Amino acid sequence: MLKHESIETNSGLLIVLTLVAIGIGGLVEIVPLHYIDSTIEDVKDPQTGVEMVRPYSPLELRGRDIYIREGCYTCHSQMIRPFRDEDLRYGHYSLAAESKYDHPFQWGSKRTGPDLARVGGKYSNAWHTQHLIAPRSVVPESIMPNYPWLLETELDYSDVGARMTALKKVGVPYTLTKDEYAGWTDEKGQKHPGTVERFGEKVANTLDINRAEDNLLAQAKAGNYDGDPSSISEMDALIAYLQVLGTMVDFSKFDEDYFIQFR
Amino acid sequence: MASPVKDPLTGAETTGHVWDETLQEFNNPLPRWWLWTFYATIIFAIVYWSTYPSWPIGGSYLKGFSTLTYKTDAGETKTTHWNMRALLAQDMQTGEQALKQKAYLEKVSAASYEQIAQDPDMSAFVRSYGNGIFGDKCAACHQAGGQGVAGLFPTLVDDDWLWGGSVEQIHQTIVGGRNGYMPAYNTTLTPEQVDEVANYVLSFSGIEHNAEAAAKGQKIFNGYAGGCYQCHTVEGKGLYSQGSANLTDQIWTIADTTAEETPAERLALVKKVITNGVQRQMPVFGQRLNETEIKVLVAYLKQMSGTQQ
Repeated sequence: MLKHESIETNSGLLIVLTLVAIGIGGLVEIVPLHYIDSTIEDVKDPQTGVEMVRPYSPLELRGRDIYIREGCYTCHSQMIRPFRDEDLRYGHYSLAAESKYDHPFQWGSKRTGPDLARVGGKYSNAWHTQHLIAPRSVVPESIMPNYPWLLETELDYSDVGARMTALKKVGVPYTLTKDEYAGWTDEKGQKHPGTVERFGEKVANTLDINRAEDNLLAQAKAGNYDGDPSSISEMDALIAYLQVLGTMVDFSKFDEDYFIQFR
Repeated sequence: MASPVKDPLTGAETTGHVWDETLQEFNNPLPRWWLWTFYATIIFAIVYWSTYPSWPIGGSYLKGFSTLTYKTDAGETKTTHWNMRALLAQDMQTGEQALKQKAYLEKVSAASYEQIAQDPDMSAFVRSYGNGIFGDKCAACHQAGGQGVAGLFPTLVDDDWLWGGSVEQIHQTIVGGRNGYMPAYNTTLTPEQVDEVANYVLSFSGIEHNAEAAAKGQKIFNGYAGGCYQCHTVEGKGLYSQGSANLTDQIWTIADTTAEETPAERLALVKKVITNGVQRQMPVFGQRLNETEIKVLVAYLKQMSGTQQ
């Protein structure tokens, strides 16, 4: 029988039991979210049934890596809370579904700069380029640091396939095999939809790890995000990422009530 | 449990633990006030659990007794358990501040632009509400006072408009965005030809230039080689439909010649634009702002720019 005295006089045991007690508290809060059906909203196009929230394209993914590398999250959150003031300034509150392919998520809680959850499409590529090189040239009161090296540094995309494979291991639907792309039926007759069915062919092609480098090059070339078509810089990747933030869900296709029902 | 151990000096009960030979711990009862506060927190927790969403049960959770009522977009009135999203919907629909704002927005929405300009109350609302929208959505490029950034983003506080300054044209610019494009002439024109066209462009607004070169440039400007007239017109006044600049008015949005001191520097600036072309983009705000907000913004821009168009 474990006695009060034996716990109090044995610091090792005390530490273990303290951790167990805290662990129970944490698990009680976290685990149910994985079982409650309404935690992550089901956001499919009401007309076509195609999933609106998709994993990042290879170029956007590299942009996200740069976003994390430069520590953008230390000053910028990506989480619009359901308050009237935030709705009026930033737009629709963030859905859980909108960050379901983010590993790690970029919600954040520190807003030295503005929230970026819906910054996609808000500014032109030229503005982003100018703003990242010299923020005060366009926003005089800004205290954001300059990031001039983004434009000068060529993007290293040699390992983009490996990065996608790593994310695939934690559940992001990037595809390696034909089955994952086109869907398959297992021995029990259970159907597993492929990315083509889930996201549509155009998006599914960008999620194919085997074509990652080609897709990255094609998007960078077509987008020419930094205004310099001669090379693919880190600026190209970062702006491609910023321009997709918060743009995947078309809220005009839903009754607001639909999202309330998930809470 | 064994019989309580008592401290021989005070007669008080101890926990029975002994450290360092004689060090003991009294087993005094907790202070009453502390104990009752503790019980109160337990009662509070139970009340809280039953009021708001709390305990998970399988694939669902305890929803609590507290409810909220809101209207769906379809107009149906719904009552649901307390949650932040419903609370936001309710606040947007029936909150005191939201209703105050809504009354003004409805008034502005129903009025014409002339009525807004003439009504001091609506004008003041447009100034204040429009300033909020402008500050967040527009000021990053066009700057807080609408003065723009020379060479990058056009100023909005003059009467010169690339895409037109009528309410309909400004409205269209905001709703659909604009893509300004001028081709780069680095491959189609020789450096001499670029020089000649640049001299001709400067002659439009009476800026010091080489008249001989300008005469040659005029032929390129209005000819097949340059074809500049197609967008900028033969008179150099530009077309709102193309977003092509008026070259005759001494207002420069990209090659800021007024900032340069020598004729050579001014010429070099214009040559740079002709050589590299222009690609400018005004983002689409039709999805980000609703129709009433856009109307407020257009009225605000008309006020700010003082434009007569």
